[in-house]
Amino acid sequence: MNLDQALQTFLVEARELLQDMEDALLSIEQQGSGDEEAINAIFRAAHTIKGTAGIFALDAIVAFTHVVESVLDRIRKNELQFDNELTSLFLSSCDHINKLVDHIGDESGLSADLQAVGNKVQQQLSGYLNEELHQADSTSASLPELHQDSFESSGGGVVGSDNWHISLRFGPEVLRNGMDPLAFLRYLERLGQIVTIHTLADAMPTAAEMDPESCYLGFEISFRSDSDKATIAAVFDFVREDATVHILPPRSRIAAYIEVIKSLPEDEMQLGQLLVLCGSLTEAELEQGLKEQAGITPPSKLLGEILVDDGDVQPAVVAAALAKQQQVKEVKAKQNSVIRVDANKLDQLINLIGEMVIAGAGVSMHAQLSGDSNMQEAASTIMHMIEEVRDSALTLRMVQIGETFNRFQRVVRDVSKEIGKDIRLDIGGAETELDKTVVDKIGDPLMHLVRNSMDHGIESAELRQARGKPAQGVLKLNAYHDSGSIVIEVSDDGGGLNRDRILQKALERDLIQAGHNLSDQEIYKLIFEAGFSTAEQVTNLSGRGVGMDVVRKNIEALRGTIEIDSTAGEGTTIRIRLPLTLAIIDGFLVGVADAAFIIPLDMVVECLELADIDREAMRDRNYINLRGKVLPYLQLRNLFGIEGEATGRENIIVVQYGGNRAGFVVDKLMGEFQTVIKPLGKIFSNLKGITGSTILGSGEVALILDVPMLVERSASMDVKSGVAA
Amino acid sequence: MNVTFNRESGMCTAQLEGEMTIYTAAEIKPMLLSLLDDCSEPEIDLSQVSEIDSAGLQLLLLAKREASRIGKSIRLVGHSPAVVECLDMCNLTALFGDQVVLSSQQKQ
Repeated sequence: MNLDQALQTFLVEARELLQDMEDALLSIEQQGSGDEEAINAIFRAAHTIKGTAGIFALDAIVAFTHVVESVLDRIRKNELQFDNELTSLFLSSCDHINKLVDHIGDESGLSADLQAVGNKVQQQLSGYLNEELHQADSTSASLPELHQDSFESSGGGVVGSDNWHISLRFGPEVLRNGMDPLAFLRYLERLGQIVTIHTLADAMPTAAEMDPESCYLGFEISFRSDSDKATIAAVFDFVREDATVHILPPRSRIAAYIEVIKSLPEDEMQLGQLLVLCGSLTEAELEQGLKEQAGITPPSKLLGEILVDDGDVQPAVVAAALAKQQQVKEVKAKQNSVIRVDANKLDQLINLIGEMVIAGAGVSMHAQLSGDSNMQEAASTIMHMIEEVRDSALTLRMVQIGETFNRFQRVVRDVSKEIGKDIRLDIGGAETELDKTVVDKIGDPLMHLVRNSMDHGIESAELRQARGKPAQGVLKLNAYHDSGSIVIEVSDDGGGLNRDRILQKALERDLIQAGHNLSDQEIYKLIFEAGFSTAEQVTNLSGRGVGMDVVRKNIEALRGTIEIDSTAGEGTTIRIRLPLTLAIIDGFLVGVADAAFIIPLDMVVECLELADIDREAMRDRNYINLRGKVLPYLQLRNLFGIEGEATGRENIIVVQYGGNRAGFVVDKLMGEFQTVIKPLGKIFSNLKGITGSTILGSGEVALILDVPMLVERSASMDVKSGVAA
Repeated sequence: MNVTFNRESGMCTAQLEGEMTIYTAAEIKPMLLSLLDDCSEPEIDLSQVSEIDSAGLQLLLLAKREASRIGKSIRLVGHSPAVVECLDMCNLTALFGDQVVLSSQQKQ
């Protein structure tokens, strides 16, 4: 049974459902009351989680969600109304379920803390239940502690249609003949998957008459397999004489089921129920079949009537069977709109397309060399197609940023409660798409910025009123595309950055020299320096001067940049600019002797020819005078130990990173190049100065320069040589 | 097959040790029935059951049914992996209603 895979799907779905639930709860909280749709969404989420958890025998989750669901049910029936307290309670329930889900498969089980939290939430929830529900609840509340541990059962299984149905009744002699019914089941499992199984021991006589060596067992099995009937029947060849075996292929006529029911010794109604339970028949199908039956035979004791009557059928049993099917349908409906694809498969596709871009570059280079115009035209068409395929493949990895933004609803809510400010989160550009990898990595930096804005940016309500602003502060997350990069803005309508304070702090910490004329932008950027904090108080949230530094590093690791706009008294906007993708960049191709290097194009400032006077001075110093400024430079020839002297002119490429400039001396400038970044292997992980490699159209390898590291290095060399001189 | 009885103020445990199969079924049945007769809260410890087949399973079902017939509740405890596997395969864990603890690694 491939339960592991199913469990993975459950985990993914449960997290999505919990997110839906949280979103709905937050919207209810904002509106002050719940509309029907939101309440239904919450109910659906809780219900589905409970149902699926039941299939996997995750009793802790079932027990907890059951209580949640019961309270929700009262809300649905308008017996309860959502108020702030209740929404908070549901949010904590949501958190708790999330934790329970996290602990699935974790053998150590839940920590005592977590269990205590869970019990508290559960108790509070139970408070909302009326007497009748209290009773039902107490059974789940009094579940022994063992149930809180994570354990799984390999039984059960997922209900699905299109299954075989197998009815087995073993004769009394089976055991004495040396055969074990369980062995047949084990063998059956090799042919396919036992979806559901029901064991019957009704044939067993009273204790006194029961012969321990006789077999009284029977099984009703819903079985999924690709084998044909003959193969399945062959499993039971050995017991053909001693047992009654009925095998119904998938989608048999309902009448065939009814026949089996009739032919078996057990109570008809019980068997009907079993078929429903096994998922072989739906309630409706059974009913229909039985009604047809009723048309032929006189209405004596008919299954249909009994079932329709519902009086004798345990409603819970039927409801459970139906609920399971409903749930399967819901899952299917969701699958239709979105296809889940393994991220690895996407990565593989992107890799292949990267290879194709490289191969395409080779084709077009050779086409150029051949001078055959038809060939060139064909090659250019192919290049065009490749570009389109590349673009659409890259969009596959694109996800909307909205989901990431929405997570902050909760953060803003919790933090504003914590610090006692009334702050609203506005979200804009939620549908803006960016690379999945970037989305995963942007979460933390955004969290820092949001917390920082809430804590330091937005003033307290009194101060806001004194300044004539509305008491409720507004934090805004916005995203949009801007010429090949994506811009994410975190803005607040708070007091703005205090330019003078930052300047003063920076002077105190020797980050800048007095008398420098810095632009506002440059001054604001100082807040991203390590250890920089202007906060007078250190709170739990921020003020330690660590966060912003980390933010900058994270953003730069994504090859992004940060800008700050601030107006005193009106607010601050922090703008993060990120490249759209990390897999393919625009590079600038340069050559030193026979070696080729790539410099990320967006870091290149300008290219100049190395003047003769500077070339002569190269032996003595490693900086030039660039329009009156000192520009330290590195000779790539020396740096990478490339042999041979430069023959013709040499060029210097000026790059900029993090406010520092440096020059690289190279032989040839070969222009812009679509660069598919190939990461370096593990062996090269300690290599300095290189971040990756790419393959040129000619099949040669070009190394991608680690500009930030090289710039830093040239700056330090500059200092050293300065001292020596 | 070894059966050890352990009585303590009305609660008694029968610890079954060895295999519960067709070969030992005839031996186990009277012992289980006597356990049901003698105790008010009978408990069967299955932790030492090395093997169980249909005959053994039938005995557990019989004990369960017999107990509810005479108005007692029987508890199965300490399910050994063999027992867990058997009950799971037949989807009977819920019927017995006992706690079965199984680490996720034991799952096949």
